[in-house]
Amino acid sequence: MSRRLLLLLLPVSFLLVALFLYQRLQHDPAQRDSALMAREFPAFEATTLRDEQQTVDQSLLKGEVTLVNVWGEWCPACKQEMPQLLELADQGIRMVGVNYRDTREKGMSFLNQYGDPFEMNIFDPEGSLGFDLGVYGAPETFLVDAEGIIRYHHKGYISPQDVSERILPEVAKWR
Amino acid sequence: MLVKMIPELGHFALIIAVLMAAVQAVMPLAGATTRRPLWMAYGHPMAVGQFLFIALAYVCLTTSYLLDDFSVTNVANNSNSLLPWYYKMSAVWGNHEGSVLLWSFMLAGWGYAASRFSCGLPRDMVARVQGVMGLVSLGFLLFILLTSNPFERLLPNVPHDGADLNPLLQDIGLIVHPPMLYMGYVGFSVVFAFAIAALLGGRLDAAWTRWARPWSNIAWAFLTVGIALGSWWAYYELGWGGWWFWDPVENASLLPWLTGTALIHSLAVTEKRGSFKSWTVLLAIFTFSLSLLGTFLVRSGVLTSVHAFANDPSRGLFILVLLAVTVTLSLLVFALRAPRVSHQVSFSWLSRDALLLINNIVLVIMTVTILLGTLYPLILDSLNLGKISVGPPYFNALFVPLTVVMCIFMGLGPMARWKSMEARELKRKLWLAGAAALVLGVLLPFIYTGEWNLWASLGIVTALWIVLPMGRDLIDKTRHARSRLAGLRKLSLAYWGMVLGHMGIAVTIVGVAVVSNYASERTVRMAPGTTVEVAGYQFTMTELTSRRGANFLADTAVLEVQNIDSARGFLMRPEKRFYLATGMPMTQVALRPGLFRDLYVAMGEDLNDGSWAMRIQYKPFVRWLWLGGLLMALGGVLAIVDKRYRRVKVTNKASAATPSQSEPQEATL
Amino acid sequence: MALIRIVTAAILLALTLSAAAGGIELREFDDPVLAQRYHDLTASMRCPLCENQAIGDSDSPISGDMRERVYQMLQDGRSDSEIVSHMVERFGDYILYNPRLEKRTYLLWGLPVGLGILGFVLLMLIIRTRRKSSAKALSAEERARLDALIQRRRSS
Repeated sequence: MSRRLLLLLLPVSFLLVALFLYQRLQHDPAQRDSALMAREFPAFEATTLRDEQQTVDQSLLKGEVTLVNVWGEWCPACKQEMPQLLELADQGIRMVGVNYRDTREKGMSFLNQYGDPFEMNIFDPEGSLGFDLGVYGAPETFLVDAEGIIRYHHKGYISPQDVSERILPEVAKWR
Repeated sequence: MLVKMIPELGHFALIIAVLMAAVQAVMPLAGATTRRPLWMAYGHPMAVGQFLFIALAYVCLTTSYLLDDFSVTNVANNSNSLLPWYYKMSAVWGNHEGSVLLWSFMLAGWGYAASRFSCGLPRDMVARVQGVMGLVSLGFLLFILLTSNPFERLLPNVPHDGADLNPLLQDIGLIVHPPMLYMGYVGFSVVFAFAIAALLGGRLDAAWTRWARPWSNIAWAFLTVGIALGSWWAYYELGWGGWWFWDPVENASLLPWLTGTALIHSLAVTEKRGSFKSWTVLLAIFTFSLSLLGTFLVRSGVLTSVHAFANDPSRGLFILVLLAVTVTLSLLVFALRAPRVSHQVSFSWLSRDALLLINNIVLVIMTVTILLGTLYPLILDSLNLGKISVGPPYFNALFVPLTVVMCIFMGLGPMARWKSMEARELKRKLWLAGAAALVLGVLLPFIYTGEWNLWASLGIVTALWIVLPMGRDLIDKTRHARSRLAGLRKLSLAYWGMVLGHMGIAVTIVGVAVVSNYASERTVRMAPGTTVEVAGYQFTMTELTSRRGANFLADTAVLEVQNIDSARGFLMRPEKRFYLATGMPMTQVALRPGLFRDLYVAMGEDLNDGSWAMRIQYKPFVRWLWLGGLLMALGGVLAIVDKRYRRVKVTNKASAATPSQSEPQEATL
Repeated sequence: MALIRIVTAAILLALTLSAAAGGIELREFDDPVLAQRYHDLTASMRCPLCENQAIGDSDSPISGDMRERVYQMLQDGRSDSEIVSHMVERFGDYILYNPRLEKRTYLLWGLPVGLGILGFVLLMLIIRTRRKSSAKALSAEERARLDALIQRRRSS
């Protein structure tokens, strides 16, 4: 009898596997957290997009909760999320852009065309800041708290729904 | 008029097939349980009908492709009027919907064959096999009709032309690889059906193993060829010269292959000695279950990207339900019906039984390891322990030692006797071969390159350890014949099948060991006139041209290649293509294949000064990888041609219940 | 087979997956050892963007950046482990094809080893029980006689 019970463990354990796989169906395998979560914003020194003379560094991100958006003129999703970013800026959130792997000319015309929610844009033509941020495709958005610690990471397009359901609550949480 | 209705005709044929599958799933099983011959008799006509109607549906879809009917969504998404006819035909299975239809078509084909060639078996056994095949088929046909209908129309906005087949798929590889692989996956359904039928009918005797063996061998052979072709295709098509990457999709095909290999060996023990009955049945269930699991992993988007799944969540769910129902039910049947205590067949340490047991244990460990490595990132993620990757270094680290352990015992296997044998006898038969393998394995790398390499030596010793004892065995077996040739002829085909199968493994191991350790590659800047030397060959670029193909633009380099030793020369033409319809760049590799080395040239980036970055690779013995696969498959086929499998008729139950002791000693696999 | 993965990806994702061989670029190394290390490192790190490709094989811009970084760090004389942790700091453990041995991966590395031991024990147990029944059946002397008989029959 005990052998039968033991054998019954087979279908039961497979059912558990199936349940696990069912649970996996709800997951997006491409979704992963940034490796920089809860760590300090990486040190950098760069010029700004609008002014070749002005250099900024990581101290730019201290003192206030800031959304750092990595974008490029070549990235279609960046264009699509601009209205959402403008709305966030309207709500009084401090926005800093990282113009990633772009030219000044193209970056500037992008802002002229789609609007500019950013207090400042860090010019990152070689993608070195992007690399230190672990960015592997634009757009990506980081929430940095007043101490300059990365608290939230949004990979990819920010939809209007994301604004109300994810971004705003996160901002409120770290303010 | 009729031509315009072809897709609807195909759709209609599928619906009829689904109804027939339903009848086939219910009637024969019910008939076998209640002993009603009339009900059981539904099985065969339904299997035939189902096969014919799915064939009709399949022909309809292919016709839509050939006639460029872009009102069919599937055709519009995957074909183009400029596509040559043979790619139109293979484009049918170059996409999800069409490939599931091909899968079902093959399943029905196997179902028909199982039904047709089982006429000598007891009627209730046949009926149960047909019923199980019907059930599986029903699941897949419902999957097609409910979630993946290939006959869906794009009305009223019919596009003028199709989106074209992915350029990567416009290749002979697509024509041959998926059908072979699917034949293997699906073929194990027959063995599975036999296992379930045997459990249901309480006929878990030596007879069922004898019926199941040819089916598992042929399915295994198909799967082997499918995997080998896939590896070969990736090697020349993807352009970086890799042949196995331990990708989840590759692993999905390797899993049923490993348990299938265990199965064909375990079937041998069960048939010959009547032991491990339950285990063999369980392996048959596992093998088909892993085929289904592979299908789920590949098509559900659990392992690839979620975009697939977000498009149509119903697909992943449907396959999961199909998988869960099939596997859970069959394991339940196993738990309830597996023989209480199999009669103890005795054997000792030194016996073929023990060696085959080791073979099975190692193969199962390999299977679990690969399954674990494939699913582990998902498990960790579900437990919120972060995202990790498990890749080639992990699998190689575990697979190589396991393979070596397996091969050590594999060398002994063909020499050993059933039940038990004297250590003295084994030693006498093996010491020379073992010593020779060791000496040659250590020396050959020296002779080949002038320096010693541990891993290459290990591979060669292992391979020789498999081959040399078999050679010795052949000599022993033919010693008393009138002439050697007559002696060789007298050996059964099953024996030759075993020899070829094991040789195939050895050949593949040599290929892996040599190409992994002695391949060389250089990435160089080349312009017309540049000469570089790689592994004893001189490559001179003589020309750099552009040309326009049917649907692409290409930069072509012409390289004159000379073997420095023999001064024999030939031309190679790597290309960088740009496909106009999809905007995709593609590297068209120039390949100079040879039994002992491949030369492999891929064009990289245009360096914008008239020169190009080129990657030149020298791949010694890489062909042996696939050659070994073909040998293995040939062995599998040879074993089933053996005449004892044609005597399927069972005269009485008594003879079926006792393991056959009268077989010639050498007829083992 | 790797192809099927790209095929499935292309079929299912409707992504423009470029399958052109990536990473064919000129790298000058003075030392062949460095060249080999570069090759091994770029083969053992996973492209964070692509389906499932090593950065050495991938065409994506980020893989190009990562290769460039590996190259630079090698030129600067950094060790393999420094380079690997430099990458992991930025892109996470996800990019390691060879998962590190740590608490969460004990099972991954340990289970196969455990199974090996279990398999060995199982083998011992099975053969020991199976052997008992055979030992009872024949004494050593009988065995020898039987073997001789069998030998004679085979030779004839």
